[in-house]
Amino acid sequence: MTQSATSGQTDPYAGTTDSTDGPVFTVTGQDWDTIDSSAVEGDHLVINMGPQHPSTHGVLRLILEIDGETVRDARAGIGYLHTGIEKNMEFRTWTQGVTFCTRMDYVAPFSNEAAYVMAVEKLLGIEAPEKAQAMRVLLLELNRISSHLVCLATGGMEIGALTVMTCGFRDRELILDVFEMITGLRMNHAFFRPGGVAQDLPDGAIEKLRSTVALLKKRLPEYAALCNANPIFKGRLKGVGHLELAGCLALGLTGPVLRATGYDWDLRKKQPYWGYETYDFDVVTRDEPDAYGRFRVRLDEMWESIKIVEQAIERLAGMEGMPVMVADKKIAWPAQLSVGADGQGNSAEHIKHIMGESMEALIHHFKIVTEGFRVPAGQAYASIEAPRGEIGCHLVSDGGTRPYRAHFRDPSFVNLQGTSVMSEGGMLSDVIVAIASIDPVMGGVDR
Amino acid sequence: MVDAKGDKDARDAGTTTQDGSHETRDELVRAGTTELEVVEIREGAFGAHGTGDTSGFGGLTRPVIMPGASQRPYGGWFDEVADRFEGGPGLGDAIEKVVVDRGEITFYVRRQLLLEAVTHLRNDPVLRFEFCSSVSGVHFPHETGRELHVVHHLLSMTHNRRIRLEVTAPEDDPHIPSVVPIYPTADWQEREAWDFFGIVFDGHPALTRILMPDDWPGHPQRKDYPLGGIPVEYKGGTIAPPDQRRSYS
Repeated sequence: MTQSATSGQTDPYAGTTDSTDGPVFTVTGQDWDTIDSSAVEGDHLVINMGPQHPSTHGVLRLILEIDGETVRDARAGIGYLHTGIEKNMEFRTWTQGVTFCTRMDYVAPFSNEAAYVMAVEKLLGIEAPEKAQAMRVLLLELNRISSHLVCLATGGMEIGALTVMTCGFRDRELILDVFEMITGLRMNHAFFRPGGVAQDLPDGAIEKLRSTVALLKKRLPEYAALCNANPIFKGRLKGVGHLELAGCLALGLTGPVLRATGYDWDLRKKQPYWGYETYDFDVVTRDEPDAYGRFRVRLDEMWESIKIVEQAIERLAGMEGMPVMVADKKIAWPAQLSVGADGQGNSAEHIKHIMGESMEALIHHFKIVTEGFRVPAGQAYASIEAPRGEIGCHLVSDGGTRPYRAHFRDPSFVNLQGTSVMSEGGMLSDVIVAIASIDPVMGGVDR
Repeated sequence: MVDAKGDKDARDAGTTTQDGSHETRDELVRAGTTELEVVEIREGAFGAHGTGDTSGFGGLTRPVIMPGASQRPYGGWFDEVADRFEGGPGLGDAIEKVVVDRGEITFYVRRQLLLEAVTHLRNDPVLRFEFCSSVSGVHFPHETGRELHVVHHLLSMTHNRRIRLEVTAPEDDPHIPSVVPIYPTADWQEREAWDFFGIVFDGHPALTRILMPDDWPGHPQRKDYPLGGIPVEYKGGTIAPPDQRRSYS
């Protein structure tokens, strides 16, 4: 059987080949009835969805065994975005590690950096100054909003709600503008450093933050108005991707998926870090462990994040001139950055100091930039509440200038294990909804 | 056995070293720790050997010392958990040693009894570590007979506590029991540790590669895995792979 029966000639886009497990069809998007499936009538079809498919949240490959439109067996094939970040970090200094791990979950880069620097600081036995902690909280919570917006946007797009997509990316852009102003980059910031953050808030940042928050508060209600009671939206999401608390704990799912089962597990409250216990906010839960419940949890979490962001802005407004990096010169980066004629560079005062005034300062600058600092031998595990759940960083130091081993417990990687149990027995079209409700980011899954 | 000998090595190395690292060694011995564990001896200052290093630092030798076993009391809830854990049914001498370091407790568990240990840790109402956060591999090529480590990070949501289990296996017998029957979430994480470290998890339902391609040779996150790298040529000179370049050691 090598030809399409209907057309009577070989179709270059839908040819078939025989294999030991039966005929293999190559289907690339045309109508199903152009395929002669008489040889498989009555049998299960194993279809390969992805890794290049617009509805799989990146390069995720799904191996689905279907019977008609019903999914009998669903497996996820991953690894297409593996870039060896953990191995790479073993050959760079502790500070340079931030530049690698920020690229893992590229939708929530600050969470990656946060878990890493928290582990390094635990190994060093230091704590970032108050202002650096407030800046980290501010950026993490803004990042939570932008990440949830991407989740709603792409999730909406995948079920055909394109307005949600355009709105989501429109509002995310507001937050990325703030990130660019504060860190210099929209994504992959490498802004958190062991001991603090790379740079103080620039002039005008507080005003920009205030106006952005005001605009976000105006726009966030649009999502609720558009979706919450929308019969099509509810029809697609309600009861889909059901996973109870016991299933979440067994499979290791955390974040909005866990909180949609009604369990208020949130590391910001349960194991607070960087002063989260001093911020006033609530943990959002919902007793609807399905895609709709997760959507509503994310929607409400954005409002809680807005509350934290507003409090952080007020604190930062009163912290002008306070340090954003530990005072220990053996850890802190020696130079302050400034915008030069080429748009980047070290501050002129620092260059003057090391080039014209102090030989020792020059040596120190050279040593800490090329060699970095040493971290006493041992291991540490640090975890924070990322938008997708618990992101953990297990670091092993051998007392050298580079991590001996860095391992990340990425929430997307662990949560994606819920794919099978959420979609088996359901409809093929609901697989998309179930995966969108997990909100995996493949950069984090594959690292 | 490793500890006692290692401690002696560390002392010897400490007296001969020239760069003051023997002073920092005292800082490494935190309160409550008695033994130190030498996992490696580091030589030279730049990681490169056989080159014309004229700096004079090439003769340095320094021990790499991991925090050693702690003595009781461990402090806080650590003692309660350790007591309850040790007294588990059939666990006997399952716990090799306990390390308390940087506010975290690590139980070194003998691999033969790992499954019994995690079953007890999950089911006992006082322990109740119902959640396995993370499983990762670590490779210590210099720790003869226990080169491969598997580290489990367990979380008790009931009691809001975290502990770490560390299990070791020799490179020529890289078998460790799978904890998937107890913690299904370990499925992919153990596949990852197999993929990158070649650790065989006995009892895993489908131990296959997960992130690397199915036909990939070797286990890339082992320390002795060649990095390869693409020679970048400039006027006849080439850049070596990162593990063969000069670097601070």
